[in-house]
Amino acid sequence: MDENPKKLAMVVFSGTVDRLFPVGILASGAVAMGMDVEIFLTFWGLQAFAKRSQGMPPKFSVDYADMAPMFAQVLKQKNVPSPMETLRTAKQLGNVKIYACTMTMDLLGQTKDDFIDLVDGTAGVGEFMDRAKDAQTTLFI
Amino acid sequence: MIPQMVAARVVDARGSVCPGPLMALIGAVREQGVGDVIAIYSTDTGSRKDIPLWVNKAGHELVGAFDRGAYTEFVVRKKR
Repeated sequence: MDENPKKLAMVVFSGTVDRLFPVGILASGAVAMGMDVEIFLTFWGLQAFAKRSQGMPPKFSVDYADMAPMFAQVLKQKNVPSPMETLRTAKQLGNVKIYACTMTMDLLGQTKDDFIDLVDGTAGVGEFMDRAKDAQTTLFI
Repeated sequence: MIPQMVAARVVDARGSVCPGPLMALIGAVREQGVGDVIAIYSTDTGSRKDIPLWVNKAGHELVGAFDRGAYTEFVVRKKR
């Protein structure tokens, strides 16, 4: 599209679905607008991409616990694709790279094999910052 | 006047929420040949702005956006 694609960088710290939805949707919007996307998964955000977390009932932020059952029902009723499915589509249509935080992995004794295939590789904070430094938009979610 | 044309592909994205229809359109346009006309049906309100914006940005042609009552039909010609 553009000769020098612009870039969106996201640090994904949160692991609840109410925060993971925007990750998938923003990545999709960026891809649609011809931007590259770099995602750094850390702490709870990274755990949401663990193989053992897949198929579990979606966790919601406790701040909105009172609305969680209603929201979960709406998502199911309207057949809303999960954040993981949305990210998968974004990856098929554009340049979306997802990295697992090595520090979190070290703390929890995890390896790259513990995560689903959406995760492209691992990165330390220095490597991620190097990839993110020329991003026009940077988000911490 | 709307020129007579036959869509090479029709994508029914009704019921799909944002950004579903836009992403479905991008995927369909990518798979079609240059010059092909692609029609997409969407019930997503965001599509009304997102789809024309993407079509313009990606260098294609928005033949039209037609209000079909319960949904909007966007007709796009792949230009490149």
